[in-house]
Amino acid sequence: MEKGPGVSNTDDNDTSSNGTTRRGFLTQITYAGAGLTLAPLLVRTKNILPGAPPGSAETSTINLTVNGQKHALNIDERTTLLDALRENLQMTGTKKGCDHGQCGACTVLINGRRINSCLTFAAMCQNSEITTIEGLAKGDGLHPMQEAFIKHDAFQCGYCTPGQICSAVGLMNENHVHTDADIHELMSGNICRCGAYQNIVDAIKEVKNIA
Amino acid sequence: MEPFKLIHPNDQHTAIASSGGANVKFIAGGTNLVDLMKLDIEKPAQLVDINSLKLQTIETLSNGNVRIGALVKNSDLAYHPVIMKNYPVLSEALLSGASPQIRNMATVGGNLLQRTRCPYFYDTSFPCNKRVPGSGCSAINGYNRMNAILGTSSQCIATHPSDMCVAMAALGAIVHVEGLRGKREIPFHEFHLLPGQTPQYETTLKHGELITAVEIPAIPYAAKSHYLKVRDRHSYEFALASAAVILNVVNGRIQTARVALGGVGTRPWRAVLAEKVLTGALANEQTYRTAAEAALSEAKPHKDNAFKIELAKRTLVRALKTVGGMS
Ligand SMILES: Cc1cc2nc3c(=O)[nH]c(=O)nc-3n(C[C@H](O)[C@H](O)[C@H](O)COP(=O)(O)OP(=O)(O)OC[C@H]3O[C@@H](n4cnc5c(N)ncnc54)[C@H](O)[C@@H]3O)c2cc1C
Ligand code: SF4
Ligand code: FES
Ligand code: FES
Repeated sequence: MEKGPGVSNTDDNDTSSNGTTRRGFLTQITYAGAGLTLAPLLVRTKNILPGAPPGSAETSTINLTVNGQKHALNIDERTTLLDALRENLQMTGTKKGCDHGQCGACTVLINGRRINSCLTFAAMCQNSEITTIEGLAKGDGLHPMQEAFIKHDAFQCGYCTPGQICSAVGLMNENHVHTDADIHELMSGNICRCGAYQNIVDAIKEVKNIA
Repeated sequence: MEPFKLIHPNDQHTAIASSGGANVKFIAGGTNLVDLMKLDIEKPAQLVDINSLKLQTIETLSNGNVRIGALVKNSDLAYHPVIMKNYPVLSEALLSGASPQIRNMATVGGNLLQRTRCPYFYDTSFPCNKRVPGSGCSAINGYNRMNAILGTSSQCIATHPSDMCVAMAALGAIVHVEGLRGKREIPFHEFHLLPGQTPQYETTLKHGELITAVEIPAIPYAAKSHYLKVRDRHSYEFALASAAVILNVVNGRIQTARVALGGVGTRPWRAVLAEKVLTGALANEQTYRTAAEAALSEAKPHKDNAFKIELAKRTLVRALKTVGGMS
């Protein structure tokens, strides 16, 4: 039974008869369709389904501090930080785009610095403070960068947005922005398929106060 | 991804002692290794996470050289005041590579050992001598627009992808390594290997040896230096051609020249032939053009990448003009 994303009547985690989850299927589509020129041209979309990979796994118990909260997780050593956040902690704010460092959708902050969570193993992040999009707001008060993204309509579909916002917060912490051109260059690690770039730059300028 | 065991030693001695086994690898930033493991190109049985080792400092030594710990992040090195002021070529090369996120993760040691972006190396369904020795090279008669034109062999034409290494080659850096048999210092031009008949061997680092630092010589005139990178899009892309240029010009004449090319070589390409032309010559356009001709005189194009010869020449001339001016 074939189910494309458009005809599926199942929920996000439902597994179809061929073992492909809908979310996994969408991930494959996104990856294959990303078309980034730096993507290795002929790479196929195998082995990227989250969840239990084949082979007899080494598991271990690790501690992650996410948005100020400590979590003990028993995980397969192969779990990336991105998959640990999404699949083990059910924090799906952080997105998976390419899973290969090429899009920035998975950007989170580690000790205040932006990184791609798809390129590190969760077990290597145990002594760090991890901040995700879920951790930026203080109670009901949005982070200024979140406010600015809303004010400037800095997204369409919103898929890249958590990564864009975390990246922009990291950019502020780094403090190397002086001009618009600096914003363009230093936000280039976040691809937006909808092309909301101009409004993203406007939002960042507002927070940076160089509008 | 194949299963593996991950250990996190706290000191260098334990890390090195744990790395002797056949299928053991160090992991630093993970930006290259995790990617390659996801694609089943690298399949280590054990990973030694070296991030707790004390290799994170940048220090100026008493002889003026700068010693950079192997775990210094690419972004920290690029924005370090001493590097920005005295070695702009290195700062610019680092900042032209990857994305801010990746530069925040990537380390100096890992950057030295990053593997090629040849598309056939990445696709395990194609023959590739670098990935599976003896299986053949799919790029030589395949799609080879991004592949190398200098230093190629009948077995492999893969480009060395690093920007940082091009600047390090021009600077004549020294790689410090330590293994079970003790410490060694490897001059930069002896660190990366040409593919020859054995493209699977990429460096002279021995199995189990840990890179501990990279040392940059004191070069007073390197404060006037530049890295120029040309690529298919403005940012977040590997080089089609790049040039690292360091010139000492006195009264309009070039006293010393250090030049390296990226995006065109099978290893970070020190352009010795161009340096010969430049040394002692007048700093003018004619000299720069002659040097660029010399730099590319041994280039061998393939079906899709002949354009790189002219592109690399123009890239080098522009970088030379920027640093040397016109007299
Ligand atoms: C999307 C993307 C775009 C990129 N664009 C560019 C670009 O434009 N220009 C560019 O130059 N680079 C680019 N890169 C590559 C990036 O610079 C490298 O992945 C990075 O420098 C590797 O460093 P790391 O610390 O993450 O290495 P790791 O992935 O941790 O390790 C790489 C290799 O080095 C070994 N290793 C690491 N540290 C040591 C040590 N101290 N001693 C011995 N062995 C060690 C590991 O065993 C492994 O084999 C890009 C990468 C990605 C994912
Ligand atoms: S050029 Fe080298 S890396 Fe690319 S397919 Fe040929 S052997 Fe493999
Ligand atoms: S998911 Fe694309 S960079 Fe991590
Ligand atoms: S808003 Fe749709 S990808 Fe950026």
